[in-house]
Formats: sequence, C-alpha cells, structure tokens
Amino acid sequence: MVSGGMRMNKMMASLAVVGLAMGLSGAVAQEAEHSEAEPTHFPIHKPEYESWSFAGPFGTYDKAQLQRGFKVYREVCSACHSMNYVPFRALEGLGYSEGQVKTIAAEYEVQDGPNADGDMFTRKAIPSDYFPSPYANPEAAAASNNGAAPPDLSLIAKARAVERGFPNFVFDIFTQYAEMGPDYIHALLTGYDQTPPQGMEIAEGTHYNPYFIAGKSLAMPKPLSDGQVTYDDGSPGTVDQYSRDVSAFLMWAAEPHMDDRKRMGFRVILFLLVMTGLVWATKRRIWADVPH
Amino acid sequence: MSTHDVSEPTRRDFLYVATGAVGAVGAAGLAWPFIDQMRPDASTLALATVEVDVATLEPGMSLTAKWRGKPIFIRNRTEKEVEEAKAVQLGDLKDPVARNANVPADAQATDIDRSAGEGKENWIVMVGSCTHLGCVPLGQSGDFGGWFCPCHGSHYDTAGRIRKGPAPQNLAVPVFSFISDTKIRIG
Amino acid sequence: MGAHSTYSPKTGIGRWVDARMPLPRLVHDSFVSFPVPRNLNYAYTFGGILALMLGAQILTGVVLAMHYAADTRFAFQSVEKVMRDVNSGWLLRYLHANGASMFFIAVYLHIARGLYYGSYKQPRELLWILGCIIYLLMMATGFMGYVLPWGQMSFWGATVITGFFTAIPLVGEWVQQLLLGGFAVDNPTLNRFFALHYLLPFMIAGVVVLHIWALHVVGQTNPTGIEVKSKTDTVAFTPYATVKDALGMIVFLILFSYFVFYLPNYLGHPDNYTIANPLKTPAHIVPEWYYLPFYAILRAITFNIGPIDSKLGGVLAMFGAIAVLFFVPWLDTSRVRSAAYRPWYKLFFWLFAINAIFLGWLGSRPAEGAYVIMSQLSTLYYFAFFLVIMPLLGLFETPRKLPGSITEAVLAKHGGHGAALPQGAAAAPEHKG
Repeated sequence: MVSGGMRMNKMMASLAVVGLAMGLSGAVAQEAEHSEAEPTHFPIHKPEYESWSFAGPFGTYDKAQLQRGFKVYREVCSACHSMNYVPFRALEGLGYSEGQVKTIAAEYEVQDGPNADGDMFTRKAIPSDYFPSPYANPEAAAASNNGAAPPDLSLIAKARAVERGFPNFVFDIFTQYAEMGPDYIHALLTGYDQTPPQGMEIAEGTHYNPYFIAGKSLAMPKPLSDGQVTYDDGSPGTVDQYSRDVSAFLMWAAEPHMDDRKRMGFRVILFLLVMTGLVWATKRRIWADVPH
Repeated sequence: MSTHDVSEPTRRDFLYVATGAVGAVGAAGLAWPFIDQMRPDASTLALATVEVDVATLEPGMSLTAKWRGKPIFIRNRTEKEVEEAKAVQLGDLKDPVARNANVPADAQATDIDRSAGEGKENWIVMVGSCTHLGCVPLGQSGDFGGWFCPCHGSHYDTAGRIRKGPAPQNLAVPVFSFISDTKIRIG
Repeated sequence: MGAHSTYSPKTGIGRWVDARMPLPRLVHDSFVSFPVPRNLNYAYTFGGILALMLGAQILTGVVLAMHYAADTRFAFQSVEKVMRDVNSGWLLRYLHANGASMFFIAVYLHIARGLYYGSYKQPRELLWILGCIIYLLMMATGFMGYVLPWGQMSFWGATVITGFFTAIPLVGEWVQQLLLGGFAVDNPTLNRFFALHYLLPFMIAGVVVLHIWALHVVGQTNPTGIEVKSKTDTVAFTPYATVKDALGMIVFLILFSYFVFYLPNYLGHPDNYTIANPLKTPAHIVPEWYYLPFYAILRAITFNIGPIDSKLGGVLAMFGAIAVLFFVPWLDTSRVRSAAYRPWYKLFFWLFAINAIFLGWLGSRPAEGAYVIMSQLSTLYYFAFFLVIMPLLGLFETPRKLPGSITEAVLAKHGGHGAALPQGAAAAPEHKG
C-alpha cells in the first residue's frame, strides 16, 4: 500500500503538470489575440492591489475613512448615483451618533404620502428613510445621462470584480483576497486622464479608461479632481485619496456587517479547531484497540 | 495505534464528557441565529417612532395613526367627556392601574394619569387594541360612551378604562409627547 | 434486518413502545448495532457529511423563506433586507449560499469515492441509481435556488437553462413556455421556482431514506472491495463509524466556515449583486461552479451530427453526461471491485477526476478559440471513460491479488499486530443476497 501510494503521488504530480500546461497554453492563445488599439478583453489593465484596513481575517473598517468616503459620495457621486438599499439609520455604522444621523437625514428631502387629502408631499428625511434617488426612475436617469443610467451604488463593491484567472483564483482562497470590488473602483476612479493608444477609436460621449471592466471607454466622465472635496480631518484632498476613501465607503455600503462576520468567524473556527481536537482524541481512544 | 494502549477508564470518560459538553455548547451557539432571525429586524425597529400632526383636531374629534403596525387612537376629548371620566370613583374600576408608559408603572388610573397630563387633559392617546384579544374597539360607543370592542363585548369609558366585559386591562397608553402644540411624537 | 436485531429495551416504557411502534429498535439496528467494515477510511465519511449538509440547507432555507418575497418586484430587495436588517440574516444567507457549494463538494467526493472503490457494482446497483437520482434532484434544486435572489446571473442563468428545452424538436418551444409560465423568465417563473425549490429538498430527503435503506440491505463496501465474510471483518456503527463520521463532519465544517466568514462571495458571481435586467445580458453567462463541467460539455458540441443540429447535440451531450452515470453498474465489466487492486483503472480514474476539474475550468472560460477544442477533447475523454474504458478494462486488465478477507487485509497492513478484535468490538455480519 505504501509503495502504491508513492507511485500514486508521482502520477498525480505528472498529471497536474499536464493539466497546468494545457491551461497555460490556452491562456497564451488568448493573450495572442490582444492588440494595442483594438483590445478584445477588458479591463485593458488589471487593477492594482491597494492596502485596505478591512482586508484579511482580522480586518475592520476604518471609520474615519468611511466618513471621508461618505463625504465624497454625498458631495460628488450622489449627484447621479442612487444608493437605494442603504437607509440613513445604517450610517451609525460609520461611527455617527443617533443625533448626527438625524441631522444628516434631515439634509435630504424624501417623498411621502399620500396625506389626508390624497396628495403626495415631500418632507425632511428621518433615519428610517433610505437615500433618495437623484432621478425619479431608471428611464429618467438614462435620459439625463446620454442613455446610460448610472448604476446604483449600494452593492457596487460586490457587483464589480475583475476576473482573477488561473492560478490567482486558487491563491485567493489562501490569501483571502476579497477586495476585488474596492480595488476596481479605486483603479477606475484614478484611471482617467490617460491617452488612448495610437489608432484606438473612442466612441462619441464616452471617456477612455483602461481600467473599465466592460470596454475601452465609459459614459461616466472623470468624476473627481484634486481639491474638490474638503476633508475635515486634514487628509490630503487628492483624487487618489478620494478614490480610496469612497471605495472603502462603498465596500461598507455593500457589506455593512463585515466586521461582525470576521469577528464571529474567528470565534467559530477557533471553536471548531478545539472540537476537532476533542473528537480526534475521542476517535483515537475508541479505535485504539481495533486495527483498521 | 496499537493494542499496547492501556485503557484508563477515568481518562476515557473525561474525554467523552468533555467532547459531548463542548459539542452541546456549539449546538446551542448554532441554534441562536435561527432564533435571533425571528426578532423584529432593524428596519422594523427603526419605524418605532412616528410623528402625528393634530392641528386639525377640534374637541370631539379623533384620528387614528399607525404605530408599530397597530392603530393609535388620538382624541381631543370634549369637556363633558373629561368631566365624566373624572367623576368615576377609582373603586369602580376593574383595572385601577394607569397603564400609561409615561407615568410610573404603579400610578393609579385617574383621568389625569390616563390623559396627556396637566394642561393637556383633553388629549388622550392610546393603543387601539383591545386588551382582551387584540381587536380594534369602536369609538364613542358602548355603555360608558368611550370605546366598545365588538369582538367580545368589552366596554371602555371616555378615559379608555375597562369597565365591563372580558378585557383585563385599560387600553395601553404608549410613550408619547407633544413636541409642539400641534405635533405628537409616538414612541 | 429485523431478524438480526440485537435491540432489547431495558425499561418498561421501552418495551411498551417497542411492542407498538418499534422506532427505537429501527434506530438502534440502523445506527448503533449496524455492522460496518472495520477498514473504512475517511472517504467513507461523506455520506454522513451529506446528510448534515442536507439538514443544514433545509434549516437555513426554511428561515430564509420567512424573509424572502417571491415576487420580481421585491425578491432582490428582500434578499438585501436579509443581508442588512434581519438579525443574523447575513449569516443565514451566507450559510445557505455557501452551503449549496459545500453540498456539491461533498457529493462530488462521495461520487468519486463510489467510482474509485467500485461501490456501484453488484449487488449495489440500486443504491447507486438512487444516489444518481439524489444528485439530479440536487442539481434541479440548486439551479432553482440560484434564480431566487433575482440578480443578473439568476435571470440569465434561468433563461439559458430553460432554453435547453427549446432544442427538443417540435414541442421544444411549448415545453419552455410551460416551464416559464410565459414567453420569458418572469414573475410566474420566479414563483414556481420558489415553490419547487422549497419542495425538492424534502423529496431529496425522501430518496435519501431509500438510499440508506438500500445501503443497509446490502451493507457498505470498503477500500478492499471484498464483501464482509466474518464477524471480525466488521465493527458496530456506534461508536466506531459514528465518531469517525463526526470527525469528518467537524473538519468539513471548518472548510465551510472558512468560506462563510472569510470568502462568502468567492463561490458566487459578482453579477448576481446587480438586479435582474431582462434587457441587458451580462458579458459572460456562467453557471454556478458545480455545473461548469456539464456547461463545458454543452458548449463543446459546436457541430451538427447527422440530423442532430449542434444545439440539440449539445443538450443531448449534457444530459447524456449525467444519464451515463445511471448505467455505470453495467458498463464496468471488471470482476474486481476496488481500484486499489486495479492498476489501470486507477490511472484512468485519476485522469477522469483531473479531466472533470479541467472541464469545469473550461466551462468558466469564454467559448472561443483553443478553449473549444480543449472542451471537445475533454468531453471525448469524459464519455470514453464510461463507454469505452470501463467495459474494456474489465476484459483486459490483470488485477492485483486480492486478500482473503477484510481482516486479513487489515492485519497485513499492521504487520501482524493485534490478531483479533477485542471483546464487544465486532458486530453481527450481514448476510448478502
């Protein structure tokens, strides 16, 4: 049995090499089809890995960063992008007090009704309301934006991920890389202002961005510029900083319970390891006298 | 793993008990989310306060607001109704406790402690849910000119106190306050 | 089973119940005194793990249904409400979503173990076929469950999968409309998928009972593939197999927890966090990972075969890839059961396993260029394994010498240590038909 096992291992290894070679040759074949001016696979550049406070098994959100990101969302993004699934009350997760949340909510007008006369009316928002949409409906959003409705941002950090490809998707299991969303948003927001390669056609009304996931250019013009948002905590007012902060905020908006999740995960896995030890010892005891 | 292992009954027992106990703790911990998910969720709890405009309520008029999925009776009582309620002896009451979340739990069911308080005695705010089995009582009806529950015949007086029928308690007064002369916040 | 029952109730109440409805006796005979081969390895714990996962999926599924709204206007929103507002809702949903993947990981390992040790061979054909039925029901359940969140992949996955049926000549269109309740995936589709997604797991549980029943009639196989011959070949299910299964389950739960808590969206698709839009197809429609090998087979048929056009050919190949599993007991002509004694089968088995994983990877690639050719070669091997290699190997392969009995094999492994079983360890052997 032992020698059989070793033979098995060798065989497995050689088979794995064959499989790997087949996979790689496929990847190379795909790569060859790329051309500078007329790329067929997007994004043209993969996003860079940014460092996030919430990455890894013990990662937690940096509340100061989330508040800055929220400010960027409020002053810039929210002009066109809705955030339909996030209620004001959730902002307490950014470290705001109940009173502060009420103040923030009161800065928004929401539609309510009908009242006793059967009319709809607008009133100041309260914490239980959701962020109002900048447009009345998706059709209006599309009409105001050259036919491309700006996507809702509630889940954007989980709804966008650049394909990892082999072998990265295997490594990701062990490195727990799950920040594709924020990395992508940061790359996209900082990826404007680049000159398209010679000969590339950019469609009218779109903007070249080699980090865009679904084409060479997108309808959204460069949204951020240096100094556009004034931070209260003295953080630098650069596009890079804004992009980083708003990406973190959008990750929070998409996954508000991430801190809880990782904290609980640590306890659960610790418990299961202890349990494994105990059951393993019990199993050894039970089987001690039975060769098997 | 061989037959040379000497079994020690005490150690073996301890191991089994420890494994079983830790497993039981784990199972209990696992059960919690399944129970927890049934509690009111964050969006339900967030609706725990509502503000109601009562500017249009003249004496003798009522309105029904909705709070936590239940009707809230808000009535601007007439002087006659207030007088009637004041005249009732506490000894005649089936439930002598105020049942008002805004006053101490052992306060007596006097008219002032059932109403919105000093200077606002004409206002009464109550959960419109019969304390018997939860039907909605009808206003200005029944033997005492207050509320009458058609389901099982409970009669409440003009201060919402149970006077006759199967209901055990006075209609509950929720936490509320006047945030201005014409606006009530419930919850 | 009843004839060998060793159950003897100790209390008066026990005897009273036993005389009227001998459920405790059934449980005792099936899960306590039931004899199992003493040489079962951890590959044999996946049955227990699967039972655990079925239970976990039903439990989390039932509580999620308490919050879910099966209406195209509210479905996506209700899932978000679970994730954001419901107490522990994010945990329950991630458990359910990742639980489906874990369920499939376990079932694939369980099937692989069956193929490796020849568990399907006479007299366990029916046991194997019941397993195939469970697998089919799981696929249907998983597919319909994936539609419920009403994201882009839900919608387009449903569109593509129900589109398979349009390949059927003459009645295809009619069948598709019957399934959808309309001309496209819409509210009626979502409603019926929810109803069926709730129903099918209980049907799975029913077939699982039959699967276990069949198992308990013929007894378990073991890594040697030799039938149980004497009392020393077996041990009692409890505590021997129970504790081993428990260890397998706990270790499996660590893997499960790792994904739930640290990579909850790794096995899902980002497009499913975008609400379904019937007017816009995502760039690449990819099914859940556990269907990918079959998806690759579907797309590998890019050519017409006589009167069968490529579309129908793809669908037939895909369903054929599952249907062929039902015939495995008769396709394998070998007299020897376990791959441990079949050097060539062992080689082809591992090639098959790697090929299946490779097919899965191909299923996630766009259907273009070299991928198509690789898919076709992989598909060819998939079918050749069952239809050519299995029947022929049995005729040409020279198996290694089998040990005389399970006990002999075990003792040989331990170099002669521990001659016999200790008192009370052995259980009554099963009589085979």
